[in-house]
Amino acid sequence: MIQIFAFYIFATVCIASAAMVIFSRNPVHSVMWLILAFFNAAGLMLLCGAEFIAMLLIIVYVGAVAVLFLFVVMMLDIDFAELRAGFVRYLPLGALVAIILVAELVFALGAWNAGAIDMAARAAPIATDMTNIEQIGAQIFTRYVFLFEASGMILLVAMIGAIVLTNRQRAGVRRQVIADQVRRRPEEATRLVDQPVGQGVEL
Amino acid sequence: MIADLNLIWPEIILAVGAMVTLMIGVYLGDRRVALYQISTMVTLAAAIAAVATIFGTEATAFSGTVAVDNFGNFAKILIYAASLVCIVIAPRFFEKGMKAEYPVLVVLAALGMGIMVSSRDMMTLYIGLELNSLAAYVLASFMRNDDRSSEAGLKYFVLGALASGMLLYGISLLYGFSGSTQFNEIAAALASDVSRGELFGLIFVLAGLAFKISAVPFHMWTPDVYEGAPTPVTAFFASAPKVAAMALMTRVAIDAMGPALGAWQQIVIFLALASIILGAVGAIGQKNIKRLLAYSSINNVGFMLIGLAAGTQAGVEAILTYLVVYLVTTLGAFLVVLQLTDKDGNRVESIPALAGLSSSRPGLAAAMAVFLFSLAGIPPLFGFWPKYLVFEAAVAADLVPLAVAGIVASVIGAYYYIAVIKTMYFDDKSDVQITGQGTLIDNAMLAASAVWLCVIGYLFIPVLGTVSTSAASVLF
Repeated sequence: MIQIFAFYIFATVCIASAAMVIFSRNPVHSVMWLILAFFNAAGLMLLCGAEFIAMLLIIVYVGAVAVLFLFVVMMLDIDFAELRAGFVRYLPLGALVAIILVAELVFALGAWNAGAIDMAARAAPIATDMTNIEQIGAQIFTRYVFLFEASGMILLVAMIGAIVLTNRQRAGVRRQVIADQVRRRPEEATRLVDQPVGQGVEL
Repeated sequence: MIADLNLIWPEIILAVGAMVTLMIGVYLGDRRVALYQISTMVTLAAAIAAVATIFGTEATAFSGTVAVDNFGNFAKILIYAASLVCIVIAPRFFEKGMKAEYPVLVVLAALGMGIMVSSRDMMTLYIGLELNSLAAYVLASFMRNDDRSSEAGLKYFVLGALASGMLLYGISLLYGFSGSTQFNEIAAALASDVSRGELFGLIFVLAGLAFKISAVPFHMWTPDVYEGAPTPVTAFFASAPKVAAMALMTRVAIDAMGPALGAWQQIVIFLALASIILGAVGAIGQKNIKRLLAYSSINNVGFMLIGLAAGTQAGVEAILTYLVVYLVTTLGAFLVVLQLTDKDGNRVESIPALAGLSSSRPGLAAAMAVFLFSLAGIPPLFGFWPKYLVFEAAVAADLVPLAVAGIVASVIGAYYYIAVIKTMYFDDKSDVQITGQGTLIDNAMLAASAVWLCVIGYLFIPVLGTVSTSAASVLF
């Protein structure tokens, strides 16, 4: 029972906050709504019994969003004084969101203790004696090893692409050449000068 | 495991070849372009040889995620051969801008396309598609200092990401409602009853794939990307990925969604008709030869989809034959476009500037005329044969109205092809003097493809028939 209740809460808040990502005018608010959407998606994963993916969603996506947030703040001209101005006025709304999050946490824990939600029939049954992480590892390195390796090739292409499109040879850039640094001898780098008193050093 | 690895030699060769070339490139820099070109060409040739040795085996590998069969092998040979040609023609176009990454990215894209056509699982499909697409986005904006090239890359990337999203959404629906991502199990689930969720999934998957083959109404990116991308890259986009995406769509439609033929047939019929008509009508006003060829590819994809709409083995055979002829014709047409330069070495892409080509470069004009007539499907040329096969398959599957509509639209399409030929042969000379010369290899490939389409092609009908039958029979 509690799982069904939790499912509808998570699903509703997830969709509502996803809609708010699009509709809010302030990009910073959009990012905040996005984080809320991710939290709720993680809650849904928890209900499916996929706690590893739930944690991954929070760690990876919310982490990535934090970086994205930095970019947004750096690239857009946002007046933070103006943002802070309405703090007291928006306090009730903020408190409401906080209360919803706390309530969701309680529900999530309750639902988690009550066991995973019943899902439609799967083609392959899930092993019950293994944890999520063990299962994912076992699948990736046996059954889906070809896909795993092919994903590696995708990352390679992404890396090559990023380098091709952004790396340019600029004039006047001093690159680090380690061989030159190692080859340098003390005689070339230091010299002893008998410095007369009252005169500047000539380098 | 070792037995599985033996089945994917082509993929292993491509992956290792690309990485080795990349490593050589890291140490030797961008001056040894010829070396990278040769090493990637050897890689692709070795992969073709590897496919040839496993031709005829029918097996699944890696717990049913990869299928090794004649259908995939047939498509792989076409894809690798087209990629090879696109590496051969590149250096002269890029000149100083040629980098080690170009051939490497082409090989990696070919690897992705090979995975696409041999996929037997929705996840393999998606990974192959993304590997190909990601390399393609980078190739489109390869000349990053050129505004049009960057624009093409960005457009392709944004719209491609949207299409991937649609495809993934469809895959997740199909998985959710059928309980598996493997084609045969999805087919088994669809065989009993097509639920509403499965229908939605099926539509989204087809929409995502229709984007990749640039079928109308998912074609908007094609003219812009074809125009903006560097010409060798455009030749690549118009050839290999088209083959891969078309073969993939055929496999998904027949293998995974075969039992739901009634559900997707009307969608494919719509895609086919819309592509043929819009491809023909949209091309009429075009002034840029690359945009014109983009519309021509949309038009031709429509004809191939007629074969798919039939949903029969004859239809799939017709698609495969069509792909072979389309590949030769398109690569030939782009070889001509590559040679269009004026005396200062500037690229000439506008169609009015082609006026008088028949007197300044008679051979080039004649070859272009052969390719355009063949694309239009005018009977003495070989381009007529696959169109005939497609219509025959459609008629055999009781889709007579579709075949009639296709024939009428192909007459409309013939107009703009002939308009270009008229410009080349009968218009007053333009101010632009086209003086570009091809290398010996370029001209040899050009002549070979033109002659093949003129006369020799018909001698290959029995061979093409046998091979495409053995490839298509795998799916049924």
